[in-house]
Amino acid sequence: MSAAPSLARRARWRLAEIVFWLAAFGALFAPTGRHLLLNEVAILALFALSLDLILGYAGIISLGHAAFFGAGAYAAGLFCKLVMPDPLLGLGVAILAAAALGLVSSVLVLRGSDLTRLMVTLAVALVLHETANALPQWTGGADGLQGMAVGPLLGRFEFDLAGRVAYAYSLAVLFVLFVLARLVVRSPFGLSLMAIRRNGLRAAALGVPVRARLIAIYTLAAAYAGAAGALLAQTTGYVSLEVLEFQRSADVLLALIIGGAGWLYGGIAGALAFKVLQDVLSTGWPQFWMLWMGIFLVVLALVGRERITLGVRELVARVAR
Amino acid sequence: MATILFDGVAYGMLMFVLACGLAVTLGLMNFVNLAHGAFAMAGGYVTVVLMDKWGVPFLACLPIAFVAAAALGLALERTLYVHMYGRSHLEQVLFSIGLVFIAVAATDWFMGSSPRNIQLPAWLQGRRDILGVGVGLYRSFLIVVCGALALGLQLGLTRTRFGSRLRAAVDDARVARGLGIPVGFVFAATFALGSGLAGLGGALGVELLGLDPYFPLKFMVFFLIVVTVGGTSGLLGPFVAALLLGVADVAGKYYLSSALGGFVIYVVLIVVLVLRPNGLFARAR
Repeated sequence: MSAAPSLARRARWRLAEIVFWLAAFGALFAPTGRHLLLNEVAILALFALSLDLILGYAGIISLGHAAFFGAGAYAAGLFCKLVMPDPLLGLGVAILAAAALGLVSSVLVLRGSDLTRLMVTLAVALVLHETANALPQWTGGADGLQGMAVGPLLGRFEFDLAGRVAYAYSLAVLFVLFVLARLVVRSPFGLSLMAIRRNGLRAAALGVPVRARLIAIYTLAAAYAGAAGALLAQTTGYVSLEVLEFQRSADVLLALIIGGAGWLYGGIAGALAFKVLQDVLSTGWPQFWMLWMGIFLVVLALVGRERITLGVRELVARVAR
Repeated sequence: MATILFDGVAYGMLMFVLACGLAVTLGLMNFVNLAHGAFAMAGGYVTVVLMDKWGVPFLACLPIAFVAAAALGLALERTLYVHMYGRSHLEQVLFSIGLVFIAVAATDWFMGSSPRNIQLPAWLQGRRDILGVGVGLYRSFLIVVCGALALGLQLGLTRTRFGSRLRAAVDDARVARGLGIPVGFVFAATFALGSGLAGLGGALGVELLGLDPYFPLKFMVFFLIVVTVGGTSGLLGPFVAALLLGVADVAGKYYLSSALGGFVIYVVLIVVLVLRPNGLFARAR
């Protein structure tokens, strides 16, 4: 029996997926001015997708994923400021820069146990944060990188204040990278990652080159995070030290957990829920949002995610009946 | 030079008291508790409120801060943490980050977001010259108190009945339970002790580290570094690591610029973890 038919079946596009993407692109033509928020959602979704690649598929917990987001943001910002303002070229440069950083740091990350990994990912992000802080002549330090004049997209579409072009740009990048990620995780390479997550020792015994696979996916995820960072820098025309902060790493982890890790759409659904809730709850007292986020996380961890997803599924099944 | 060494040792000693509870929960019990700093913050705020509002003397505040943080730790351990032992690291991370967020928001709500400080008693202020070395009185006080605590803890862990029960419970909870050791009680008591020490450290650290609602997030990394660099073999490793990091941090900030010196400790962390992934004093498992 060959594995090809089962792989092909898994790779087929479902109706719900097509409807989702049509709706996402349809939102471009919505008249109301929520495109700035939608742009943020798309960027966070891409970032969460990147984390999903390593957490949901390869089982690497990262507390410092903002390192690559920030690297991409600063690379795009500096490229725009110093070399040329074309956004697509800047995006490419940012992706390459973040991927290079991912490749280098993967060597550090893939040593030791879970706990060591947590610490090293955290430390890499913190080192970058301190470095950016210590080089104000390049990064603007605590004031942020200012004076980015991003050129028009494809030489034609200027980024407008309403954020419609920004959203179109971010969504298009998200879609392209999503399709690529979908191909990757459904390929034999992606399946071998899941085998590593379940049991690295047995995967190695089956002949999976564990180390090389983990380095590859970590680098890819870093590239994705860099793309998300570049999108943020280009669509807001500004990069601040916030892109490297721990809060950002925690936010993306939370967004991914809300949506559920390990099925690619988790990051997108989580990003949507996260940003909309944040928009609603952080008006007034900003700590209110933090409080809710904390309560949510504690309850989620205590009840257990499997039980919640099971409950939702049962509910859906009952309603559908 | 000697002054920097001295300040670094004082800083490291303080870090050890703050982090040693985490050394037990994370290092020995293998529970990723990112919320450890919240207990330190609780101790710090207890001290600030007692001194500002009721004029309680500084020395009397220290045991109160310890008891308050220990009680908080015990309550949380019995109600929440006890369900999280043995879960995956990811779930523990999410749970304890959630606790940190709640602690930050609640502190901001009740105490306001501005940084707080305390007025040390006169006999702890100022510097004296001893053999040509400028020695801060408060830092000497820290070294004495924290050194005594460290010694007491190490002896308690290695020489007392409770210590051996704890080590047995950590090594193999099932067998320990079979031998009649009340594992749940031992863990709860240890957790309360660790939280109480964090609270004490928080009270001692208000002067050196400052205090605001983001304290648990700001210093979370320091505590984790102390534990991971120290390794999980006991308290000696974290103690050495705390001293090393304290000296490295103070020296880095003094010799390099304060901006550049900030990441000396992170570089130390990465180097140590790359060379010895299980910390300086790893136990063969």
